Amino acid sequence: MTFLGWLTIVLFCVVLTLLAIPLGRYMAAVYTGQPTFLDPVFRTPERLFYRIMRVDPERGQDWKQYAKSLIIFSLAGWLLLYFILRTQTLWNWTGLNPEGFHSAPWNVTFNTTSSFLTNTNWQYYGGETTMSYFSQMAGLTVQNFLSAGVGIAVAVALIRGIIGRSGKSIGNFWQDLIRTVLYVLMPISFVVALILVFQGSIQNFSHYLNFNGPTGLANSIAMGPVASQEAIKELGTNGGGFFNTNSAHPFENPTGFTNFVEMLTVLVIPAGLVFMYGRMTGSRRQGYAIFATMLVMFFGAVCVAYIAEAHGSPAQHAAGLHTQVVAGSTGGNMEGKEQRFGIAGSALFDVVTTVTSCGAVNSAIESFTGIGGAVPMANLSASEVIFGGVGTGLYSILLYVLLAVFIGGLMVGRTPEYLGKKIEAREIKLVAIGLLITPLAALFSTALATASSAGRASISAAAAGGPQGFSETFYAYLSQANNNGSAFAAYGGFVQPNAGNLGSHGITFTDLLGGFTMLFARYAPILFALAVAGSLAGKRVSPAGLGTMRTDNPTFVVLLIGVIVLVGALTFFPALLLGPIVQGLTGHLYQ
Amino acid sequence: MKRDIITSAIGILVLTLFCGILYPLVITGVSQVAFPGNADGQLVHVNGKLVGSQEIGQNFGLQVYKNGKPEMDNGVPVTNPDPRYFQTRPSATAPPDNAAATTFSNLGPNSVATEQEISSNIQAYISLNGKYYPGGLTAAKVPVDAANTSASGIDPDISVRNADIQAHRIATVRHLPLSTVMRLVSKYTGGRGLGFSGEPGVNVFELNLALDRMTGVHA
Repeated sequence: MTFLGWLTIVLFCVVLTLLAIPLGRYMAAVYTGQPTFLDPVFRTPERLFYRIMRVDPERGQDWKQYAKSLIIFSLAGWLLLYFILRTQTLWNWTGLNPEGFHSAPWNVTFNTTSSFLTNTNWQYYGGETTMSYFSQMAGLTVQNFLSAGVGIAVAVALIRGIIGRSGKSIGNFWQDLIRTVLYVLMPISFVVALILVFQGSIQNFSHYLNFNGPTGLANSIAMGPVASQEAIKELGTNGGGFFNTNSAHPFENPTGFTNFVEMLTVLVIPAGLVFMYGRMTGSRRQGYAIFATMLVMFFGAVCVAYIAEAHGSPAQHAAGLHTQVVAGSTGGNMEGKEQRFGIAGSALFDVVTTVTSCGAVNSAIESFTGIGGAVPMANLSASEVIFGGVGTGLYSILLYVLLAVFIGGLMVGRTPEYLGKKIEAREIKLVAIGLLITPLAALFSTALATASSAGRASISAAAAGGPQGFSETFYAYLSQANNNGSAFAAYGGFVQPNAGNLGSHGITFTDLLGGFTMLFARYAPILFALAVAGSLAGKRVSPAGLGTMRTDNPTFVVLLIGVIVLVGALTFFPALLLGPIVQGLTGHLYQ
Repeated sequence: MKRDIITSAIGILVLTLFCGILYPLVITGVSQVAFPGNADGQLVHVNGKLVGSQEIGQNFGLQVYKNGKPEMDNGVPVTNPDPRYFQTRPSATAPPDNAAATTFSNLGPNSVATEQEISSNIQAYISLNGKYYPGGLTAAKVPVDAANTSASGIDPDISVRNADIQAHRIATVRHLPLSTVMRLVSKYTGGRGLGFSGEPGVNVFELNLALDRMTGVHA
């Protein structure tokens, strides 16, 4: 560990907070219809979108109408994306398939389509050997925007339900979606993409380069419109890499500076939404309490990951390497890490993208030490509420807040109330089911894949003999159920002998199980969150009295952390023990 | 219901045009005008011929010949490190440093396969550099970045310590004073982002090209 490593981590938290506060203020204006400084730019296109789509943005929707619009729109997106990916060669006329790649098989495409629709961006394919530029742009980039937009829309709808004073309306889905894309995602993506190119990301439509290097060896370099996709991939907490090695690839993440910028880009909206929540509820302290909860858990996770990775791995020590910091070398577990990021930049990036539903990686999580690898799994086990995905994080933690209020109410013997609204049996039932769906999907799929020979076929040969094999499987379904998308990447669902997909085939069981896990664990919680919103929207607000439990003070922060950790630990501890923790506690090497 | 279907169908198409076509095209246009070299990948030409990208690590190896024919292993050329050049980090791609099909090693922390891989990387590093380094090299002296596979498989950088060790070899093989090589190493050592983010790295490709400019390729 180094001083600058710790400094990076601390500065990151500070800068993140400084950026998130004004963004929260701005987003609050966007979603409450107040004027913003971007109105002159986007007001006209916004109206144009409504006109073309035949939407009346002023028409409020109750939760069922909101959910219906959301589901039908998602279905349309799924169908179009599947079509684009399966007809890759049909778009050669655009000139955006210079390598002439064929489509991936149906089962891999099913997985990929479901993955990008659900903001998971789990990838069984390698970008530069599978996807044409057209598929990356018109297919995947579009869903990077839209899946993020859907997530934020649900969070905003839930907030409206919580603060709603009259009637059943929780807003208009189309308005929330269009405003998110125009006013939030597009301008920030634009700026970030240009920063990335300025630092060395590429943005072109060239053929892949083939040439001989200085020693005469043949080389190839993949090209493409990388920066535009990279920016929204981080901003929308999507995480699906343009290239197979994701943000470790120098064209996706060229410098230590871009590494810092990309991490901020991942967290700025999830963090900003929390401050927005404080403003929209009229009590900024509510936002601060949730932000404090998230930041404490985030910081703890980073510390554990950094210390574990700086210590080095049993395999390194067995081979005789010294892993301490020495002059000119970071030491630590550099297996699957890039020199320009070092240990701190890799550990921090890993935590940033696994507390959110981003799932981008700038280092190989499979090669993390046992404890270092347990950190992302623990983050996923907390159901993506430590900042979480754009939108998903906020609506998930609000469900936890309601649960904490309920438990707190039971402890002090009062009717649980949140922001003046009574939390009753109906809400708590919806909350409990909404929160348990994701863990249930993760554990069910892991069990199915571990117990069946079809599932075990996806485990890599190098990991099959030890706890690593279980970790691969568990991580795969934990990640897909939480719509994260990071991976112990040796777990396979796609066999591709050649670039361009000729002669390739998918592993049907793994592709389909993963695909259904993602779809189920995305849309079921959304429906429950919207149902909670609908249920709360019509409730009367009673004034806070002396007996009302405060939800904006440190006591509540501790209670909330306790509830989150308890639910996660009770659900996932046995599985975590079997995989990463076993490895973290032993120096033993497995065949 | 019908209304939602119509709105969805139109919506997904116009949003595809907006986010999937217009946005990348505009970014491409602006990038190509504002940062043309970067947008194309910081390519380097020598005598008018493309030799690589400054951002991408390259295999500075020599093809091994067997019976006058290039030796192949599963369709991948077998190479030995060219001692005249600084060597990049170990790579999991096939062939090494293949920037058209990047991959992680995905080797686990407690796996025998990982230990074997690291040991063989250490051996290769010692046999290449040991006899040039004062006092020789042992596993304990090998920097981690030289023994561990990079993430992208095309890591352009090596650690400063790794470069310092290799500099002894380069100085001897190229008949250059060590101080000259060291000066070049520090010239091509990149700093941390904003002064704190990340680690300094020595850009192997730029460094090797600078060596060639100094002494000619066939030193």
